Amino acid sequence: MTARRNWWKTALGIVFTALMLFPIYWMVNVSFTPTRDLRLSPPHLFPTDATLEGYTEVLRQQLPNLGTSLLIGLGCVALTLVIATPAGYAIALLNLRGGRTLNFVLLVAQMIPGVVMAMGFYAIYVRLGLLNGVGGLILADSTIAVPFGVLLFTAFMSGLPAELLQAARMDGASAWRTFTSVVLPLSRNSALTVALFAFLWAWSDFIFASTLARNSPLKPVTLGIYSYIGNNTTQWNAIMATAVVASIPAAVLLIVAQRYVAAGVTAGAVKD
Amino acid sequence: MTLSMAPPATPVPGDPRDTADDRPPARRRRSRLGGSRWVAAAFAAPLLVYLAAFYAYPLFRSIDLSVHDYTVRAFVQGNAAFVGLKNYADVVSSPLFSQALLNTAVFVFASLVFQYVFGLALAVFFRNHFRLSGVLRALFLVPWLLPLIVSGSVWAWMLNSDNGIVNAFLQAVGIGQINWLTSPDTSMIAVIIANIWLGIPFNLVILYSGLQNISADVYEAASLDGAGAWRQFWSITFPLLRPVSAITLLLGLVYTLKVVDIIWIMTKGGPANSTTTLATWSYREAFGTGQPDLSPASAVGNILIIIALIFGFLYLRMQRRQENS
Repeated sequence: MTARRNWWKTALGIVFTALMLFPIYWMVNVSFTPTRDLRLSPPHLFPTDATLEGYTEVLRQQLPNLGTSLLIGLGCVALTLVIATPAGYAIALLNLRGGRTLNFVLLVAQMIPGVVMAMGFYAIYVRLGLLNGVGGLILADSTIAVPFGVLLFTAFMSGLPAELLQAARMDGASAWRTFTSVVLPLSRNSALTVALFAFLWAWSDFIFASTLARNSPLKPVTLGIYSYIGNNTTQWNAIMATAVVASIPAAVLLIVAQRYVAAGVTAGAVKD
Repeated sequence: MTLSMAPPATPVPGDPRDTADDRPPARRRRSRLGGSRWVAAAFAAPLLVYLAAFYAYPLFRSIDLSVHDYTVRAFVQGNAAFVGLKNYADVVSSPLFSQALLNTAVFVFASLVFQYVFGLALAVFFRNHFRLSGVLRALFLVPWLLPLIVSGSVWAWMLNSDNGIVNAFLQAVGIGQINWLTSPDTSMIAVIIANIWLGIPFNLVILYSGLQNISADVYEAASLDGAGAWRQFWSITFPLLRPVSAITLLLGLVYTLKVVDIIWIMTKGGPANSTTTLATWSYREAFGTGQPDLSPASAVGNILIIIALIFGFLYLRMQRRQENS
């Protein structure tokens, strides 16, 4: 049997994966380390003397930040879906004039450095008084996901069978009706992929958060971690515990929607 | 092509009232749904408004910043003096410019080479299906999904001079302590190591999906001719993968050019500017100090856009050629 003959490949694969994931193991290990052992040399390789000190710090200090990040992520998902689904429909199925140009613009849009966008947003928000607010951050964060979403919906909807859409039309359905009762239900998987990535990118965002919400009363958790590091704290177990908690959405995403993740990477291949 | 691959389409049962075939082709081409041009425009309208308001306008503002002399006061009052290309001239003639340019080149080049080599080796390795190969391949995606602040702070702690696990290991094997993040000689290597780690998943996934498109027959024929694994890699895998490789590298280049987070979190561009790239320089000028100095920062940022777009267009041309072939 091939499985038996290939056991050494499995062993090698496990070794590679373990090496690759070592930093993540280390994060978890440090998060359980008691403060007095943090400066130990050499450090304990296993959390033999595990403590929840770090995690109680997270509960004490980062809970509001986690809530803010959740809110920003969900807001971003909603905004991205509302804009990207109809646009994908128009480009893929309604033969939008200039659809190809629009596709091109979206590809180019993804290449613009985040720092430049952040400066533009900063200049705009100063005037409009949108700095340091959750709403402004949702708008800015959505720029990471919207072009990706439109491209993914366009690619998926172009593949829908023409017969089905013509049947809907023969039945007298309007373009809107076809959209809501035929195209949208069929696009559920694409919508899930787009939503997952929109959430993850908004949740992970550091550049917009650190520029547009620097003095915000409501900070996302990425800024919570950043200010921990900036304060030159000795409590690396608390930092790592926050990092572990901040990684939960990524872990959930990988477990729940593994095949959509790979599809998302190959679909427009975006992440900065 | 693989790069524009969407998730698998949901299978749809055939419709008995299918009349597609007796429709005149010209009419079908005009619109698959027969809706007017205005209907299509209405569905795209939110996106068009969005792009104008949240892409075009911020970009315009960043160009506007770079040709004015914005002080903090002028910022609020909106009466900054127009200075033309002076900010660009200042930035380019600054001694930091050549260093930032060189650092950017080193960071991007080293990151890409190693990400690609590791990604390709792993893709070829995972091409052999073995027990657990799917699960392990999925686990390789984890670094790509983590927030950069998480990865950055984990690496910063691992590479800490006195308490880091990396130095503890190096001391155990007799190499001794390296001041990864605090010495200008090694700081660039440190951020590159972290960035390679971050980029491997992306390279692995894209190259792996590229490998799926090489027919197994080619390999079978080669092994019948007695070609070993090494030979097969160099005379089949590598040449046939070249278009996908080019696309992966170019896209990686565009994304690596604009990296700020990981460098900023680990070293803030220091020590002594040894890890200051164009992107981190721009970020620091604008937001890294108490006083936002947006005019020179946006000049640096716009120079970076031009560089990124040159390679971006190269990428798009290559991808188009791929799709047409």
